[in-house]
Amino acid sequence: MTSTPLRGLLSADVSVATAGVSLFADALRSQAVPVTETAWQPPLDGTSADLSVVLADPRREEANAEAFRRMTAAGADLVDVRPASEALGLEKGTFLHAGPPIEWERASGPLKGALIGAMLFEGLADTAEEAEARLAKGDGITLEPCHHRDAVGPMAGVVSPSMWMYELRDEAHDGTSWCSLNEGLGKVLRYGAYGPEVVDRLHWMNSVLGPLLQQAVRKAGPIDVKAIIAQMLQMGDEGHNRNRAGSLMLLRELLPALITADGSSDDIAEAVRFSGANEHFFLNLGMPACKLATMAAHGIPGSSVVTTMARNGTDFGIRVSGTGDEWFTGPANTPEGLFLGSYGPEDANPDIGDSAITETAGIGGFAMAAAPAIVRFVGGDVPFALRATQTMYEITVGEHTAYQVPILEFRGTPTGIDVAAVARTGILPQINTGMAGRVAGTGQVGAGLVTPPEQCFTGALRALASRAGG
Amino acid sequence: MPDHVELRRGAYYDSVSLMQVSRTVASAPGVEAAQVAMATDLNTDVIRGMGFTVPDDAGTNDLIVAIRGDEAAMEAGRAALESALADLKNAGAQSGGFGEAPPRRTLGGAIDASQANLALISVPGQHATVEALDAIHRGVSVMLFSDNVSVDDEIRLKDAAAAADVLVMGPDCGTAVVGGVALGFANAVRPGSVGIVAASGTGAQQVMCLLDAAGVGMSHCLGVGGRDMSAQVQGRSTRQALAALAADEATTSVVVVSKPPAAEVLADMQSYAAGLGVPVHWATLGAGRPDLTAAVEAALRADGHPVPEWPSWTTDQEPAAAGALRGLFCGGTLADEAMLIASEQLGGIRSNIPLSPELALGDDLRHDSHVVIDFGDDGMTQGRAHPMIDPSLRLERIATEAKDPTCGVLLLDLVLGYGAHQDPADELADAVRAARATAREAGRDLPVVVSLTGVENDPQGLERCATTLQQAGASVFLSNAQATRHALSLLTAQEH
Repeated sequence: MTSTPLRGLLSADVSVATAGVSLFADALRSQAVPVTETAWQPPLDGTSADLSVVLADPRREEANAEAFRRMTAAGADLVDVRPASEALGLEKGTFLHAGPPIEWERASGPLKGALIGAMLFEGLADTAEEAEARLAKGDGITLEPCHHRDAVGPMAGVVSPSMWMYELRDEAHDGTSWCSLNEGLGKVLRYGAYGPEVVDRLHWMNSVLGPLLQQAVRKAGPIDVKAIIAQMLQMGDEGHNRNRAGSLMLLRELLPALITADGSSDDIAEAVRFSGANEHFFLNLGMPACKLATMAAHGIPGSSVVTTMARNGTDFGIRVSGTGDEWFTGPANTPEGLFLGSYGPEDANPDIGDSAITETAGIGGFAMAAAPAIVRFVGGDVPFALRATQTMYEITVGEHTAYQVPILEFRGTPTGIDVAAVARTGILPQINTGMAGRVAGTGQVGAGLVTPPEQCFTGALRALASRAGG
Repeated sequence: MPDHVELRRGAYYDSVSLMQVSRTVASAPGVEAAQVAMATDLNTDVIRGMGFTVPDDAGTNDLIVAIRGDEAAMEAGRAALESALADLKNAGAQSGGFGEAPPRRTLGGAIDASQANLALISVPGQHATVEALDAIHRGVSVMLFSDNVSVDDEIRLKDAAAAADVLVMGPDCGTAVVGGVALGFANAVRPGSVGIVAASGTGAQQVMCLLDAAGVGMSHCLGVGGRDMSAQVQGRSTRQALAALAADEATTSVVVVSKPPAAEVLADMQSYAAGLGVPVHWATLGAGRPDLTAAVEAALRADGHPVPEWPSWTTDQEPAAAGALRGLFCGGTLADEAMLIASEQLGGIRSNIPLSPELALGDDLRHDSHVVIDFGDDGMTQGRAHPMIDPSLRLERIATEAKDPTCGVLLLDLVLGYGAHQDPADELADAVRAARATAREAGRDLPVVVSLTGVENDPQGLERCATTLQQAGASVFLSNAQATRHALSLLTAQEH
């Protein structure tokens, strides 16, 4: 016991935090006592019992602190660019995809479209119909989540053995992650398009862009991707739906080595033009950088920190540090936002892609306050962006040490989603995302905001409670 | 259908804003299709895909406007475009600043934001444990007003609190005063040197008000929750509170107030207290033990203070001609004390908090014989505010008793102070007046006795409340024990 029991409470000036009936807060104010009221609301349905077990788990606090430390300490260096067959040992007939595991029958339009395109690209089928028939039959075809190979893929996230991948290293935790090269916007494979122009572009990326980027990265690298993320947040990007500054900074790093690469000047010029014209050039580096951070935080017993949020267009799935490789899934919501051309809400597919790894690691929707230009996606205003980020502090375990939001006085971004905090507050993670067309072959139809289904978090909480209860 | 395609040079807007503009233009009356975008390759492809013809000289820094519709639609579309683009320019100027940060949604967040050193929790019981753990983990003591918290959770919280050297006051703790700050229900008593450890809210209020009436002030009142001195909880918080008060310089003696405690826990606490070096007095109710008023008198004498005559505001009331005692209480401990005193003369008292199980009332809470009801009991407050805040349930019951010929004497309590109803006396006085009138119409006289716990400095004012009730025909006593004995005297008179 200390010399003054109860941490000196009886001789201190009292300052009170309240949760519940505001009458009591009023009574304290009338005595001129400083009061801070909690805007309390009941937890998600059916979570009370699990919450009281999980929050009392003696391992949890330290486990979450450790998860946060590792997540923020993780490095992310771009070290190589090479084909998936080489980098991941991917074999012909195996296709990686975004989100939790799924079979062909339940796959959404854009995922089916992307798989068809990948079959055509790999030469496993001559026509879309033939590709579809083979995929449906399943002979010699294996579908596997990118996350199961420590990789991430935006939107449909389909990776086939011949596709070239960025390779990133986290030297602090000896981690490696991979992501495909970005194809640009519009009719692209990751949004489920598979027409000739899509497959032709993939071939060009394989034969020209990939090898040139490999030369550039091997010569200029390793490139500190984490440092670029930290800077882009101070330049109006949030790293998920807005990657303009990040893309330019990446190009700045690569250009000297790229333009002196061994290749025809036409090819180099086209590679530079293609990369420079693509506002999401950087996304495919930000994502694996975030994957490295969340991988480092994974597998800590007792930790309720989310280490994966991913969608396959049908299901939204999360994984949690303290519950191993189990997925907790629910039906993916459809984003709300704005649409390209004459597309409308009825054309949009439910949420898809591994890109929610950015929110999982504390950027994207969680850093929206850093990207005020993006708020019109929801018809909102700048205060909305500020509120979105500030609200995420309610469900995260800490503030990022490297990623900062200038307008919030350089406060670190809210980092490390706590399953228990989500259940307690009912606040769901804010995700910024692109929208794919519902019908295979359509491509992108818009962009907007989305949240995960509650049941991912209530399911994970239940699993944490059963592990803590032992 | 004519198409309108226009290029505007040097007009840059971000793509996201333009998506909104496009939507506005497309929804103008008559417009069939519209797209407003910077003329990037992607966008021109989209616009061509919609069937428009894009000029060859369109560059990525040009704004391209494409509208399809008849002449009227075109006009509406262009008007919508101009107003949407003007809105974009004006939006910044009209911005109302950055807005306030959203309020914190968990107690932990509120503590982090405010550096509070005390937490007050009154959320529904099944959610209270989680909030309390937030505070304990941050090294902050908790007043847990919430009831319906399980004994297991209570023990878990108190063990965690002891490990963190913080105090859990509760659950179901209505009353605490820390360093002169009243938390929950508490009276504005004078500052002084008596510390109170309270396993009972209204019991503690009764004791602090009696001390105040005797001219003796209070240093702190630390609640511990009604179950703390039970065989299960083993006085976990009482032990911590006693140690804290013993170490406190402002405190020179301690009174422990409790509903009937487990005998072995009381003995355990008494031997623990004996080693603390500060006098500890026990106002712990129980059969054969002194009532609260007697315990306060003993404590006053032991500390060398004179015992005053306790204030009362009586009216001449005829003894009841017939009928039984009906005690309708908001304070659980006051109800307990009334039952302990009354059962010495009347035998078993039926109750929702019975002194022994066979005296339990049914779900309708009615019985022809002697009845005492605690309207603040857990079972009565699920989904409803405490009767000290919302007295409607008890007021209804007073009206019911007025019509019941088996009701001989009404014994009521009224507790003043912070947290309680702002003007409880007027409402209760009206109910008393109405009840007496109802009984009179039925040819009965219904004597009413009120136990009034409060001090003059309370927001409601002791004297004003007492005289209001007195004028309604009630006899009013500061001492709950005296009120009970007075009610008994009105009842037992009928038997002579």
